[in-house]
Amino acid sequence: MRALAVAAHGLVFSYPDGHRALDGFDLEVSAGERVALLGPNGAGKTTFALHLNGIHVAEAGTVAIGDLRVAEPDLAEVRRRVGLVFQHADDQLFMPSVREDVAFGPANLGLRGGELDGRVERALVAVGAADVADRAPHHLSGGEKRRVALATVLAMEPDVLVLDEPTSGLDPAGRRELVEVLRSLAQTQIVITHDLPFALELCERAVIVDHGRVVAEGATAAVLGDAELLRAHRLELPYGFDPAVASRGR
Amino acid sequence: MGAGHAHALYQHGHSTVHRMGPEAKLAAGFASVVAIATTPREAVWAFALHAAVLAAVVTAAELPPRFVLRRLAIVLPFVAFAFTIPFVAGGEEVTVLGVGLSRDGLWGTWNVLAKAVLGASVSIVVAGTTEEARIFKGLERLRVPVAITLIATFMLRYLTLIADELRRTRVAMRARGYAPRWLWEARPVASAAGAVFVRSYERGERVHAAMLARGFTGTMPELDTRTATRADWLRGATVAGVVAATALAAAVTT
Amino acid sequence: MHAPDGFLNAGTAVATGAISAGAIGVGLRQAREQLADRQVPLAGISAAFIFAAQMFNFPVAAGTTGHLLGGALAAILLGPAVGSVVVAVVVIVQALLFADGGVSALGYNVLNMAVVTAFGGYAVFRGLLRLLPRTATGVVFASGIAAGVSVVLSATAFSLEWLFGATFPVPFDTVFGAMVGVHLLIGIGEGVLTGLTVGAVLAARPDLVAGVHDLDRVALRDRASIGMRGFLLAGALVALLLATVVSQFAAPAPDGLERVAEDTGIAEVARDHALADAPFADYATHGLRNESLSLAVAGTAGVVITLAVGAGLVAAVRRGRGRGRASEGEHEHGPARAGVG
Ligand SMILES: Nc1ncnc2c1ncn2[C@@H]1O[C@H](COP(=O)(O)OP(=O)(O)O)[C@@H](O)[C@H]1O
Ligand SMILES: [Mg+2]
Repeated sequence: MRALAVAAHGLVFSYPDGHRALDGFDLEVSAGERVALLGPNGAGKTTFALHLNGIHVAEAGTVAIGDLRVAEPDLAEVRRRVGLVFQHADDQLFMPSVREDVAFGPANLGLRGGELDGRVERALVAVGAADVADRAPHHLSGGEKRRVALATVLAMEPDVLVLDEPTSGLDPAGRRELVEVLRSLAQTQIVITHDLPFALELCERAVIVDHGRVVAEGATAAVLGDAELLRAHRLELPYGFDPAVASRGR
Repeated sequence: MGAGHAHALYQHGHSTVHRMGPEAKLAAGFASVVAIATTPREAVWAFALHAAVLAAVVTAAELPPRFVLRRLAIVLPFVAFAFTIPFVAGGEEVTVLGVGLSRDGLWGTWNVLAKAVLGASVSIVVAGTTEEARIFKGLERLRVPVAITLIATFMLRYLTLIADELRRTRVAMRARGYAPRWLWEARPVASAAGAVFVRSYERGERVHAAMLARGFTGTMPELDTRTATRADWLRGATVAGVVAATALAAAVTT
Repeated sequence: MHAPDGFLNAGTAVATGAISAGAIGVGLRQAREQLADRQVPLAGISAAFIFAAQMFNFPVAAGTTGHLLGGALAAILLGPAVGSVVVAVVVIVQALLFADGGVSALGYNVLNMAVVTAFGGYAVFRGLLRLLPRTATGVVFASGIAAGVSVVLSATAFSLEWLFGATFPVPFDTVFGAMVGVHLLIGIGEGVLTGLTVGAVLAARPDLVAGVHDLDRVALRDRASIGMRGFLLAGALVALLLATVVSQFAAPAPDGLERVAEDTGIAEVARDHALADAPFADYATHGLRNESLSLAVAGTAGVVITLAVGAGLVAAVRRGRGRGRASEGEHEHGPARAGVG
């Protein structure tokens, strides 16, 4: 068995208004694995993602990234190792130009000059966005924004990528380009999505989250083939989509 | 306010003025505005000179005069106001076309007009030749508190997004037959504003989370290292020097 | 009220610039204490909201529209410190980038539109909360009235600056009367919109209304079902009250007030020093209908504004301290707290 890239055990977390968003959340992800996190709206998927780099701190339970606990004094290194791509690209792209935005993370790590430029360039090339480097982020198309958002975390050379609903709002071509970019990356990936065909295409394993905990997991094709399970957690395959047939084509 | 804000502020270009370091350009602009504002109003020739210098800078900046004029529309409310001054002002009267007007008031009109138009033109030239982000970078180098310049940078980044959100809510309301005419029909507008505020604030929290996720610890990394050169400062000092000298000469002679 | 370059004389521009810089400096320091490293994104995006709200029209009468100024709204939603900084940034950017308001006029524009409205409006708001029930209805009314008054305070501040920095011969009386008169009307719209907007935020996320951070959340749960008519009536009453006071002052020597001024000795003082060696602009004092009375009015207005802004500043500073302690306490409670910011 490969080394664990992510290990979360017994996470419990409530928002200040008292709402319990995580309630005994367990998940282990091996290095290099791609895991889909499925589940209805409000299940706690985003909240879980924000625990992976210590933006939220659990009341109970532990999170480890590789050999590091997600807590001080290792928080800075954890945040380098975990690249979080937020659901809304506009929340992630706040600098005046794409280039500066991609440079923001590595610059916070202390990189400057040629080394910094190199990182920025490589990250933009990896997502196929080198041509928009000098544009303002808010002038980009939805697909470009999503790929640049991915570049902003790739520039930190993370070990684990966490993507929150990466295909929402993308047109089919933008979605296709994103799949290709993600499949070309070697990092461990946790992909939160409602797009079940996308999960099947990208991830070997799928986990269903509901009411703040993991309620089912297995090979993506098997999970998606269990009509009863999907229905119980408000998940639906697109009309006419047969996961058995689709995964055979892989 | 209003329509004027919709126009593009920055005119892309590669002129000498565009290439100037923002701190030199801003310092020169500020000094010029102060000189213009303190020029005695009786020295009409001095305002003509100021205008000539500005026109030269606009030409050097390769800004279309139409761009400058269109953006000057922002001072129109004050222009309209300026023309009422001679009617309300006191003092010695002169008769113009059979109407008794205050002589001092007429000077007041001229004063407001000349300074509002020239002062606004300076801002228009600076903003028209400097990318927004670099303006704030320049201010920071001129010792304006970093908190102010960063808040301003973020404000402009999210302004269109939030304005669009407000506009969309408005369209959605109109689509459902809301056509208010009186203040007591304004409650839905306020509800929309409240909802947009909540969404904006929550977005602020998410942006903060996104910054933390990329290693933000409270200070922004310095990325733009293109500072003003000696030549930039010299150019700025020349323009501002001419304007200031004109103002000084005007003050001495009147 | 984005005054252009050279609208007031240089001395006034410099003096107001110093006052504004001082007040915004206090605001900045307290804002940093309150928001720490969340300051930039939260204040930045809130500033974008205020800026956008200023472009957003609301109906006034017979299809005509007005727009929010937002100083009091910002202070009530974000607290006086963050609120004043946010509005100041809006005003500065409007001058620098949009040429709306003069760059050399920033001293008085920031003072009138950010410092006086945010700190003064906040002081009025908190003052009213002592009198009104501490429920959502009370908060909505307090916000509305505070916002309306903040606009009038702002207009008054401009009139006072005129007294020192006039650049053409319109006497203080006239400017004061006209500015306050017009802004009483504008204030009604500002008040109604601000009150209802605060009400909407209160219903959705009461924790986001910084101005009521110390009130009991449960008591704020009453669904503020304020009839629009009641609200307008309240606004009109307050406006009428203010108008009466102001018109009394501005009227050419109303006996009662003259007497008050004489009795309290304000008139005496005013007359003695009056225009002889006072730093007033000739243009603003020339043609005053009643010098001593006008100066008494100006003095009173000056004291009122100074007190209001001072109270707002004190509230901002005290609040910053309270917050600091509160968040330390929260950390002790341990991991229940969300976030690390
Ligand atoms: N900032 C917040 N304050 C209070 N409750 C929240 C906040 N963010 C999310 N929640 C609540 O926590 C639950 C889990 O939310 P989230 O993790 O965003 O779900 P998902 O990403 O699976 O759709 C939801 O019920 C949501 O309403
Ligand atoms: Mg989510």
